[in-house]
Amino acid sequence: MATEAELKTLERTLIQARIDILEMITAAGSGHPGGSLSAIDLIGVLYAHHLRQDPKAPSAPQRDRFVLSKGHGVPALYAVLAERGYFDRALLPTLRKLGSPLQGHPVVGTAPGIEACTGSLGQGLSVALGMALGARLDAHDARVYCLMGDGEIQEGQVWEAAMAAGKLAVDGLVGILDFNKAQIDGLVSDVMPIEPVEAKWQSFGWLTRRIDGHDLSAIDAALSWSRVREGKPKLIVADTIKGKGVSFMESELVKWHGVAPTQDQCTQAVAALRARLGGN
Amino acid sequence: MQKPKASRQAFGEALAELGAVHPEIVVLDADLAKSTKSELFMKKFPERFFEMGIAEQNMVGVAAGLGLAGKNAFCCSFACFVAGRFETIKISVAYSGANVKIVGTHAGVGIGPDGYSQMGLEDLALMRTLPGMQVYQPADELETRQIVAHLAANPGAAYLRLTRQELAPLHGEGYRFTPGKLDVLAEGKDVAIFATGGPTMHAVTARAELAKAGIDAAVVNVPSIKPFDDAGTQAWAAKVPLIVTVEDHNVLGGLGGAVAEAVSAGHGSKARVVRHGIPDVFGESGEPDELYAKFKLDGAGIAAVVREALGR
Repeated sequence: MATEAELKTLERTLIQARIDILEMITAAGSGHPGGSLSAIDLIGVLYAHHLRQDPKAPSAPQRDRFVLSKGHGVPALYAVLAERGYFDRALLPTLRKLGSPLQGHPVVGTAPGIEACTGSLGQGLSVALGMALGARLDAHDARVYCLMGDGEIQEGQVWEAAMAAGKLAVDGLVGILDFNKAQIDGLVSDVMPIEPVEAKWQSFGWLTRRIDGHDLSAIDAALSWSRVREGKPKLIVADTIKGKGVSFMESELVKWHGVAPTQDQCTQAVAALRARLGGN
Repeated sequence: MQKPKASRQAFGEALAELGAVHPEIVVLDADLAKSTKSELFMKKFPERFFEMGIAEQNMVGVAAGLGLAGKNAFCCSFACFVAGRFETIKISVAYSGANVKIVGTHAGVGIGPDGYSQMGLEDLALMRTLPGMQVYQPADELETRQIVAHLAANPGAAYLRLTRQELAPLHGEGYRFTPGKLDVLAEGKDVAIFATGGPTMHAVTARAELAKAGIDAAVVNVPSIKPFDDAGTQAWAAKVPLIVTVEDHNVLGGLGGAVAEAVSAGHGSKARVVRHGIPDVFGESGEPDELYAKFKLDGAGIAAVVREALGR
């Protein structure tokens, strides 16, 4: 568990990460701000206080692993990886540019710290399950975390993986659901409803917990819970807000799935975030 | 002397033996372990075998995760069902560079009476288009064993295509499989028959029939579809007037495609390329030998295709 002071510091770090996300995507002229901003607090707390990885040795065999299955949220991951020293912050503005290691969706072997190629939705949980099985075979206690989007779990492969993880009782596997309620064609509840989401996962053999995905202390507590091995895989359902931290995005959830802000919009959003940094 | 053996059987036996030498090998199957013969590994190494149920795309993804976590994951099902999970193979396996060996058995019309829905007839074409994906198809037991040993010892993503039906031995004990190289079974100057997998033994039979008609046919076995021996193929195209490719696969995109691509890119070619296989139609039910006769993949059929192409 992180201390109150640590979480206070992290809160400021994550405001800066939000600024990085907006500036990266604006510079790229394309990308997915809404789902990056909904996921940033989850990824931030995970890397700061739970994921056992050394940024200077990101390929150590017995490391914990993080698979960003909702690959379109990768600006959030790049922001966290840069902040933690996996690579130079100077790379951030190269997102999506020709020749950049910061590809539009995660690619193994480009930016340090990327564990799996994702972006074709629905595949990451299977890969994470395989990694957790590998750790179990090698008898080390590495954990594998997999962050999924809410729309993403409409993919059938997710449920194949959920069923297999339940059968194999892989308690080194932790799923995190970024439940931001919106996808490209509309609200998740309209496009293809996923509720009752906890009951579904429980029926597949998972332990679940539901939290406010922007309450850093609640995220920290849920991740601490997920580390306790109880003979079953665990899922943290995180209720989040698409575009969290940018008022004009929060008010139009669906619009900001895959649209880059204009330079003016970015400036306005960044100024509001900077004001929060200054006010603390 | 070896006896005829299905390449899936040879695979299962070899993998079970190699499991003792390579502790990093793990095996996954999707409710077809008895058919793919991965059960032979399961019986010896149950803790390294994962029964994934009838859920092939998850199996492929889990294999990728195991591969990325330091294992060498053999992922088995019918060619039809496993290659059908193309997008998962594309992203989780090939793009991630995961150490995964995808094994597709019961390839082609050779599966027989189950019919088209169980026939992998497009898997070579699919797998060839993935950067870095190796694609191998053995023609007999000895070659199968050597390819499996190669896959056990070398990391990376690969596709192995195997038969349900028995294959006659074509190689002596001295044979050594080499990735990216053609395997010349018999020399000849009038035509070169390039064959892969199940029909290769029938190409050898066809050669004898053609000899009776005064036609001197070379038989070239192609176990390595990717990497493909472009230079070796171009050399054949420069010395014979006709290359006939023979495969139990759609004529689009498989061995015939690889040969046509290589020949068209080469200098000094004098060979016409005739691609023979399943002529872009759906398969159907029937006994394997009946289907090989219908699609002219048996000895008589291949000989007839060659004679028609030569006009003699």
